[in-house]
Amino acid sequence: MTAPALEISGLQGWYGESHVLHGADMVVQPGEVVTLLGRNGAGRTSTLRSVMGLIGSRKGSIKVHGTETVGMPTHRIAHLGIGYCPEERGIFASLSAEENLLLPPVLKGAGPGMSVAEIYDMFPNLAERRHSPGTRLSGGEQQMLAVGRILRTGAKLLLLDEISEGLAPVIVQALAQMIRTLRGKGYTIVMVEQNFRFAAPLADRFYVMEHGRMVEAFSAKDLETKMPVLGELLGV
Amino acid sequence: MKMISTAVYALLLLALVAAPFLGAYPVFVMKLMCFALLASAFNLLLGYTGLLSFGHAAFLGGSAYVAGHAMKVWGLTPELGLICGTFTGALLGWLFGVLAIRRQGIYFAMITLALAQMLFFVALQARFTGGEDGLQGVPRGKLFGVVDLSIDLTMYYVALVIVVAAFLLIVRTIHSPFGQVLKGIKENEPRAISLGYDVARFKLLVFVISAALSGLAGSLKTLVLGFATLSDVHWTASGQVILMTLVGGLGTLSGPLVGSAVVVLLENKIGDLGNVLAGLTGIEWFNTLGESVTMVTGLIFVICVLAFRKGIMGEIIAFIAQRRSRQV
Amino acid sequence: MNEIFGVPVQALLSQLLLGLVNGSFYATLSLGFAVIFGLLNVINFAHGALFMLGAVLTWMGLEYLGLSYWLMLLFAPLIVALLGVLIERFLLRWIYHLDHLYGLLLTFGLTLLVEGLLRSVYGVSGLPFSVPPSLSGVTRLGFMVMPNYRMWVVAASLVACFGTWYLIEKTKLGAYLRAGTENRRLVEAFGVNVPLMVTLTYAFGAALAAFAGVLSAPIMQISPLMGQNLMIIVSAVVVIGGMGSIMGAILTGLGLGLIEGLAKVFYPEASSTVVFLIMVIVLLVRPAGLFGKEK
Repeated sequence: MTAPALEISGLQGWYGESHVLHGADMVVQPGEVVTLLGRNGAGRTSTLRSVMGLIGSRKGSIKVHGTETVGMPTHRIAHLGIGYCPEERGIFASLSAEENLLLPPVLKGAGPGMSVAEIYDMFPNLAERRHSPGTRLSGGEQQMLAVGRILRTGAKLLLLDEISEGLAPVIVQALAQMIRTLRGKGYTIVMVEQNFRFAAPLADRFYVMEHGRMVEAFSAKDLETKMPVLGELLGV
Repeated sequence: MKMISTAVYALLLLALVAAPFLGAYPVFVMKLMCFALLASAFNLLLGYTGLLSFGHAAFLGGSAYVAGHAMKVWGLTPELGLICGTFTGALLGWLFGVLAIRRQGIYFAMITLALAQMLFFVALQARFTGGEDGLQGVPRGKLFGVVDLSIDLTMYYVALVIVVAAFLLIVRTIHSPFGQVLKGIKENEPRAISLGYDVARFKLLVFVISAALSGLAGSLKTLVLGFATLSDVHWTASGQVILMTLVGGLGTLSGPLVGSAVVVLLENKIGDLGNVLAGLTGIEWFNTLGESVTMVTGLIFVICVLAFRKGIMGEIIAFIAQRRSRQV
Repeated sequence: MNEIFGVPVQALLSQLLLGLVNGSFYATLSLGFAVIFGLLNVINFAHGALFMLGAVLTWMGLEYLGLSYWLMLLFAPLIVALLGVLIERFLLRWIYHLDHLYGLLLTFGLTLLVEGLLRSVYGVSGLPFSVPPSLSGVTRLGFMVMPNYRMWVVAASLVACFGTWYLIEKTKLGAYLRAGTENRRLVEAFGVNVPLMVTLTYAFGAALAAFAGVLSAPIMQISPLMGQNLMIIVSAVVVIGGMGSIMGAILTGLGLGLIEGLAKVFYPEASSTVVFLIMVIVLLVRPAGLFGKEK
């Protein structure tokens, strides 16, 4: 049996003095789409950042495809085949859209990523605006750019933080379609999502976080029965 | 804690009052006090407001020259000379401040450096400063036209009164509502702005105060030593002040006092220290340490920034606080 | 026409060339300084000392090892780059998380240390270094006579500056640098070895400063203090030009050198302070600097 794409056990995390993760546990199998739900401040973004090593300090275990990464420097974790799309999107203002797209290097030993042509196929808007400075793109276009650039690297484990936030419904639909397509291609996706209606139809499994740890875990087929619990925990 | 520090200051004052009778050279202690005042004035800006000025030499030296000139050439009595010097410091502080405050953080420091360097070049070329030779022969004069300051002991106590008064002014400033706002600006400037404080105004005001008091220190130094030279306006003097405050402890009241004493003593004794080290290790080169004050200063700077940022008093205060919290 | 504004054309042009020479040094140093600040967020006050080391090493190379100017043009920057690596890895790395004023203080301390060390060994009077034979002499251009060496300095500096500009603005490596300046952690999350990039950037800036130092050896007095005044002018240059733009740093440096040259012709008393005067004017009129992008 192959190792899980991502296996987090007993993860403790700090930003300086602030203790934000209190023993998070999560397993993501290859090819799954998993959604992290929870209120603001529950620790969802912190969990993703911990996987990338972008948090202050962490203790516990984070295994990516079976490799322990909790002591690794950030740039080496990326090369295990992870693509990270932060909440702020992180489009660079001093680079053009195309430069932004081409910036993340192709990851070592991660297999071929999507070609630029394929990405422009998926997101025609980006092709049109390729020479504009990155931050001159609209919110939706920047989001597509943020996801597009990690698809080029060959990363097959994607960490997406609030990609539907603040975007027009039409674009949100396009993103949903993108996630379905990627899932079909065998990508493993961990999504942090506030927009329940966006995430619900896409995910195979759900985790709910509160106070820095997972308090609920269930698969899509149990979603109906879990609605009341979710209502309490999320105010949905 | 307050009682302990008050007691310590009282002891210090007592020691200073008694110093000439305990064998200390009055002129040396006066020089020390001037630097202590300078460092305290600087600390008001850096330690309490978070503004790094790399140009305090301008206030020190500029005022030194003006006060010296006033007392020597215009024949003003010492108290008027000091007032002239202090006013010069304030004026320069206002001019520099207005310009520097337009930019934040690092740019602020660089602007003060550049402006001070400009003043250096002016001082270098202007006739009244005496250029490379400096302004010599500044008379002690008679305070208020009555008290003869040419007697070192008299000068000493007058200087002591002035420095203590200025220091108390600094203490008062720090503990006032104005001082609280300054601390707020240091900790979180955007927050202070959002609370409605005209931050630029506050920064300018504290800058002027710091410059004025630095000017007082410079003028007093000129009066005591009888001369003002280019080294007072050179940027190394700015560096010295920063070092004194850093070594002593940023943001502490006593830090600059300790720091200035340490640095002045070090500079005077470095030659002896070098000889001792040469004797201990057998390395000849240590004997030249006396000439490389710069190098030792640099080394101390590096060590302080890397490992000793709180400075002497900062570490002591933190240590005491830690002991306290453990006892509770 | 033999005179412009009462000044002989020859005198004016040769002062402009001198101004251009100074401007080249200002540009090269401001460039390295700005690049280091952009990525490392450190005010590298030691830049002047690194420049000085370039010049001193050139002298040492000739004096102790008989190495020519041309060899030192290659070696001095390399040695100083190595020193830069050591400084970054063992000193600067500890203070990144602090207020960047500490970077200024640390590098200031380093400057004093290096200068003091060399001073105790070599004193402050200049060390002699003559123009290499291949570059000595003058070229006659009809209306004026131009010293070859100074032309070489300007040419080499311009190549270095524009080469650096090209590297940063037009190449992939430069894209990593520019992105890293904006968001270091994210670039690392993409798998770029940012810590290594930071070290190499500092080393590059140091090498650039040393390169200027080698160029300056035959025409400036090589003394442990030669970097000081230059450093302060560089501070004024970056305040005027702002540190957000590479081209801005280059143009500002060159421009100020030219203006200084002009001042020497028409108003010599102000020549040492004209750069600062311009800084005052810029602060009053355009506080964000000529090329903006305040951090």
